[in-house]
Amino acid sequence: MKAKMLALLRRNRRTVLILACLVGILLVCLLVAAAVGAVAIPPLDIVKMSLNKVAFTNFAPTWQTTDETILFQIRLPRVIAAALVGAALAAAGVLFQGLLRNPMADPYIIGTSAGAAFGATLAMMLPVSLLFHGFGLIPFAAFFGALGAVFLVYNLARVGGKTPVISMLLAGFAVSSMLAAAMSFLITMSDQLQLRLHSVFSFLMGGVWVSDWSQIAIIAPIIIGGIVVARFFAFRLNAFSLGEEGAAYLGIDVERDKLAILGLGSLLTGAAVSLSGLVGFVGLVVPHAVRLVLGPDHRLLLPAAALSGGAFLVVADLLARTVLAPSEIPVGIITALVGAPFFIYLLRRTRREYAF
Amino acid sequence: MISFSQVSFSYDESPVLHHIDLAVEKGEMVALLGPNGSGKTTLIKLACGVLRPAEGDIHLDGSSLRQLKRKQVAQRVAVVPQHFHMPFAFTLREVVLLGRTPFLKALSNEGERDQQAVNRAMEGVGIEELGQRFFNELSGGERQKGILAMALAQEPKLLLLDEPTAHLDINHQMEILELVKGLNREQRITVIGAMHDLNLAALYFDRLVLLKDGRIFADGPPSQVLTEENIREVFGAWVQVIQHPWMKTPHIVITPRSTQARQSKSASNIIGRTKEL
Repeated sequence: MKAKMLALLRRNRRTVLILACLVGILLVCLLVAAAVGAVAIPPLDIVKMSLNKVAFTNFAPTWQTTDETILFQIRLPRVIAAALVGAALAAAGVLFQGLLRNPMADPYIIGTSAGAAFGATLAMMLPVSLLFHGFGLIPFAAFFGALGAVFLVYNLARVGGKTPVISMLLAGFAVSSMLAAAMSFLITMSDQLQLRLHSVFSFLMGGVWVSDWSQIAIIAPIIIGGIVVARFFAFRLNAFSLGEEGAAYLGIDVERDKLAILGLGSLLTGAAVSLSGLVGFVGLVVPHAVRLVLGPDHRLLLPAAALSGGAFLVVADLLARTVLAPSEIPVGIITALVGAPFFIYLLRRTRREYAF
Repeated sequence: MISFSQVSFSYDESPVLHHIDLAVEKGEMVALLGPNGSGKTTLIKLACGVLRPAEGDIHLDGSSLRQLKRKQVAQRVAVVPQHFHMPFAFTLREVVLLGRTPFLKALSNEGERDQQAVNRAMEGVGIEELGQRFFNELSGGERQKGILAMALAQEPKLLLLDEPTAHLDINHQMEILELVKGLNREQRITVIGAMHDLNLAALYFDRLVLLKDGRIFADGPPSQVLTEENIREVFGAWVQVIQHPWMKTPHIVITPRSTQARQSKSASNIIGRTKEL
């Protein structure tokens, strides 16, 4: 058994090494982001405090109790939420790009963003603010809005038991436009929304304003579980890059797997959106960049992109709250400012990948 | 190996195949011929289980395709299409490895057996040198050999070709068909290929099935199927069938219309004169 494990390790040495490095990078980013802020907390103290919490070690406190409160009540929930959102969006990006065979696809391409935005706006119209396990109504509405939109798009695109990719993209565009129009209409008509225009704007730009563990306790299993399940489809995603017909020739049940991959991608996107609103570019640029460096094999690409996306958003969120401190800018602005030029650079460098 | 009994199929409302009866034995090499829309490609897609017949049944080694899972079929039947568009920068070897898809479990990586199958397939096609090159950067002929290797990595008993040489130069057309013929001879892989080029089909395939409007019009060795009348009837083209100088197979030559008229006049002149003599 042990020998078998070792042999397996040796054969996949490259994969294991790369993923271990990325886990290391993610941990360093988490640590730095947790340390930096209005009150600086020494990283060593953070490690000790965290170990005391989760590993039953008992380091003597070399820190003040306020530090501990800041770390556990403010910094860590936010930093971990950023990592989860980044991982979910990057993984969803890998799934959508692989399935749609389009390196320009992002997790929002088939209507999730418009659905989530519409759901969130509806929730903001209500004068009540319900709370459930640390969630306001808005994250719930955003989550189900996102999934509802994808469900609608999928069924609109379904013709005679098949869901061609092209009709899905078109239906996604149509549904997105409709929902966006409906949302604009609500904003112009509703006094309640006019008052909360700032919240609407923040949601659309995206930002990690999580400061509650219970919210993370619900979303983390969805995101981590979703990424783990997505890994089961990694090799089949490789086959999908030959197109649906090619995948079918290789014995893949195309319609069943397509539905599963779309469902997983949308679930991940919806979960991310419910934590942070519509953070752009992570789901587009991270999978793309990782694919350029590590190659297109989804068995490595999926976990590597998830880890990189997590690290990327942790750093972006750190910038979002420190660049203009004490005021914060929406993290979506950072990701767009960094992501868009990088994306243009990628496009100019690797034009050959887009030859059709 | 595979048999169609009374198979009909239609896309939405337009019928494509009508009551096809066709049996192919192990080791045969069969070409499907016919004009565009005659049902060649549909027949290929039915044979690999991607499409299901509306009526009738298809049996693969005695078991009905309706009873087999897609994966089970793909473990025995491989398809080489005209071409694949590949949006990502996979290496050739990675593409060939995709042929192992029906044999891999969801999370397990390729094992020794899969690696060996990939090696054998690449050697069989003669592309082992190109393994680390990007698939997209290869020439059309090399890519098509890669796709053939991918199909061989499936270790199929039945190889289906859907106009595999349609986009290739004449030398690559020959090369691909030589490879397929070799596989058919040496490994007794049954081959069914939809072919566009009648002359190539006559040279490389032992049995030709001529389709017209979704029905089998003729079925037999090249000399019986590729007659001037059959081609006129099925394709609506006036051609001359001569004999290949060495192979003794039928060879189709076409003459431009303008010369045709003159030619036939002088031909009848010649005939007339011989009669006189």
